[in-house]
Amino acid sequence: MKFAVVVFPGSNCDHDAYHAARHVLGQDAAFVWHKETSLGGADVVVLPGGFAHGDYLRTGAIARFSPIMREVQQFADRGGPVLGICNGFQVLLEAGLLPGAMLRNRSVKFQCEHVFVKVEQIDTPFTNACRPGQILRIPIAHGEGNYYAEPGVIERLEKNRQVIFRYTTADGAMMPEANPNGSAANIAGICNDARNVVGLMPHPERACELALGSADGYVVLESAVKAVTHGMFAAAR
Amino acid sequence: MTASDQILQQHGLTRDEYQRILEMLGREPTVTELGIFSVMWSEHCSYKSSRVHLRKLPTTGPRVLQGPGENAGAVDIGDGLAAVFKIESHNHPSFIEPYQGAATGVGGIIRDIFTMGARPIALLNSLRFGPLEDPLVRRTFSGVVRGIAGYGNSIGIPTVGGEIAFDESYTGNPLVNVFCLGIAKADEIIKAAASGAGNAVYYVGAKTGRDGIHGATMASAEFDEASAEKRPAVQVGDPFMEKLLLEACLEVMKTDTLVGIQDMGAAGLTCSTAEMGSRGGAGIAIDVSLVPQRETGMTPYEIMLSESQERMLLVVKQGREAEVERIFEKWDLHAVRIGEVTTDGRLLVKHHGDVVADIPARCLTDEAPVYQRPMAEPAYLAEARRLDLSSLGPPPPPADVFRRLLASPGIASKRWVYRQYDHMVRTNTLVVPGMGAGVVRVKETNRALALSTDGNARFVYLDPFQGAQLAVAEAARNVACAGGEPIGATNCLNFGNPERPEIMWQFGQAVEGISAACRALGIPITGGNVSLYNETDGRGVLPTPVLGVVGLVEDASKIARRAFAHDGDTIVLLGVGRGELGGSEYLKVIHGLVRGVPPVLDLPAEAALQRLLVAGIAAGLIRSAHDCAEGGVAVTLAECCFDTGLGATIDVPTIEAAAGAMAAVSTLFGESASRVIVSVEPSRAAELVRLAAGAGVPAAIVGRVGGDRIRVTIGRETALDESLADAERIWSEAIGAYFDRERAIA
Repeated sequence: MKFAVVVFPGSNCDHDAYHAARHVLGQDAAFVWHKETSLGGADVVVLPGGFAHGDYLRTGAIARFSPIMREVQQFADRGGPVLGICNGFQVLLEAGLLPGAMLRNRSVKFQCEHVFVKVEQIDTPFTNACRPGQILRIPIAHGEGNYYAEPGVIERLEKNRQVIFRYTTADGAMMPEANPNGSAANIAGICNDARNVVGLMPHPERACELALGSADGYVVLESAVKAVTHGMFAAAR
Repeated sequence: MTASDQILQQHGLTRDEYQRILEMLGREPTVTELGIFSVMWSEHCSYKSSRVHLRKLPTTGPRVLQGPGENAGAVDIGDGLAAVFKIESHNHPSFIEPYQGAATGVGGIIRDIFTMGARPIALLNSLRFGPLEDPLVRRTFSGVVRGIAGYGNSIGIPTVGGEIAFDESYTGNPLVNVFCLGIAKADEIIKAAASGAGNAVYYVGAKTGRDGIHGATMASAEFDEASAEKRPAVQVGDPFMEKLLLEACLEVMKTDTLVGIQDMGAAGLTCSTAEMGSRGGAGIAIDVSLVPQRETGMTPYEIMLSESQERMLLVVKQGREAEVERIFEKWDLHAVRIGEVTTDGRLLVKHHGDVVADIPARCLTDEAPVYQRPMAEPAYLAEARRLDLSSLGPPPPPADVFRRLLASPGIASKRWVYRQYDHMVRTNTLVVPGMGAGVVRVKETNRALALSTDGNARFVYLDPFQGAQLAVAEAARNVACAGGEPIGATNCLNFGNPERPEIMWQFGQAVEGISAACRALGIPITGGNVSLYNETDGRGVLPTPVLGVVGLVEDASKIARRAFAHDGDTIVLLGVGRGELGGSEYLKVIHGLVRGVPPVLDLPAEAALQRLLVAGIAAGLIRSAHDCAEGGVAVTLAECCFDTGLGATIDVPTIEAAAGAMAAVSTLFGESASRVIVSVEPSRAAELVRLAAGAGVPAAIVGRVGGDRIRVTIGRETALDESLADAERIWSEAIGAYFDRERAIA
């Protein structure tokens, strides 16, 4: 199966996602330049982390207008699995593929560190290989990861089980001190109504090999492989 | 034009230098030419005071692919790959405008690396500030850190290590030294030389504005109260533009369309055209009216001297121009043809067709003035080197000293800082910052690189020759502690005003020291940077040579970390403690003194120690290793315990020379060189001691990992017995506390 890693000008975790998909999971992977108008027959689309367009104006605000985003939108509408990591999550928010917005971290500083996130739902293409409630130790690296949405939106996300990842302690407790950036309801990642589009601020692709300090993120990408090979989201192509 | 004294002063040129210009040109220079000479002959670009000394450095070796003289040095790391690296200072701009000064420092060194055809994969930085008690210093400190983070994080190159030290002398003149390393194919390193008459000269990147005019001259003068008014001489960085340039240039370099490429750093277009022409033995003719400009009405003088960031100069093979233009278009960058290579060896600058400068390129580079400045041993030395411990009165109890040292910003955890740096992007970081050397793997090989930047300026102040040797030894020892064989080094030499004989003496001695240590340890210097005039209101910074050493780890799965790995492991101390307190953190923090003589350094013993570390780690024998530096064996032991929850107990012998009231503190906190705390599986401890004996390295089994306390006994008498959790809290919270307090007040 094939991963498409979209490259915006200023993306800088594109190589990391590619490396994880290709060299750690052993899947096919290809970079797709943002000016292209085809996803090249990919089964899974990854919008990687970075600073698309320098994060000027607002994070993700310019990237949503790239030609490839029309394809991503259509791919998502057909039920294709789309994963937005960090800046990719911000792009999905700006593109309206996911609800909400990002504020600056509560610390008003960039933060790079390992955090614990709990897998809240496993019926998505990026969590189906997880155990329910599994705790993942994966890194964050962002200055604007403080997830915000209107209370009504948060309520709906909770009701529809669209909160997929939440910041917790190592034992899964949802405490304020486990929340690294001030996100509403400790939200680290969410999905859309159809559950095929997932965005998260932490970087699972940076935590796929023990040598890097954690391999807990492997299961997120492995889920995508499982979802595609088992035909769970076959309608996309 | 006939230059008045005032004009010459504004250009940082002496009357004698002006006379030389007249002789070289055979006429009076135009105003543009005067500007060009002024920046190219500035200390910053010409190294006129330092060049005669730098020639003494060892720059060759079997692994050296590129020594000094290009944008960066390069060493062979096997598998057909090269590590391309350099360190550079951005001290003066960082004082005037901390965020942009530091950010553009990061941007500048990254350009030096990718200009060589290398993909940058790691950044480190060595920073020096005044005491954090000073609110102005806190502003500079947090601004510099944010600037480094803002640029490095955005462009996506991890900051994997470095070090920070504090001293009053840096209050008005912080040091920001940035190291960058990239990986290139060894046979595809690209040079910054122009050749081939008729080949096109292209300009690409950000537009040229009036920012940074005379940045190089600013960096070649002392600071005074008026320096704050020099803000327009500091440039503003755009990491997004640089990211586009980086990717586009690397893509262009994959083709064989380029003859040469150079970034526009200090002295901008002037330096890049003059140096490319001079290196290739060719001339360059450009028309500055073709240069993309951000502002209207810019004069040729301004265009040639602008230090606007994120700009590159390329020489493209004839007939290949369209290919190059197409790649830059893909990245929404416009490569503009501004001139061509000529055969006459001259830098010819036109403006709408009119000649505004016409100078033989070598007059600006190889034939720039070189000074053998007078040197004299400083008067302070004899007094400062005298240290009478008995005059200090009885020392505080070791437990108090221990806690105060852990809370001292020089020793305390730097997590507050490196948490702001993306240190994991590119998924190569095996050892994160704050743990000694940073270690990055080299993808598609089994190897890794251990990187460290070090320099203890107090030691250099008290003995420049010895202190510089210690800086080389420490940086090399740090990479060896991770399992890396030191294979190359770069240096950043930060000193005061070279026109003062005592500063020049410090400089000369330090270069001799670096040279001697590098020769003894077999480490070539492949490039670096000199930053002089680090003075404010006539007061110089501590002489601060910073060494960046690259260590090669043959098997990335066999690296050692600082922290103890297993409960119950045996602790072995390599090397011998002599209780040396001269220039120590103890004297500075507890007694407010920078005094005495720096620790003894036996270079052959140091070399043997480093070889033992590399071999022991490669064999899987040594499970953790940490160099004894500031704070001595007690602080080092504590650092080995942090981040693991594992305490430790060791017993060290009484040091006979350090008898009396100071016996305990000098044994615990003395900073004797060439010592490393390692841990091994208990059943293999004897094997390590045997191996050490064979290598001629003193080694003693001193204790065991475990428990929740940090305990040191001296000759079986308890000298220190502290709670690990308490110690770690003091160490972790110290730096952040300076800023939390500030927030509480605000």
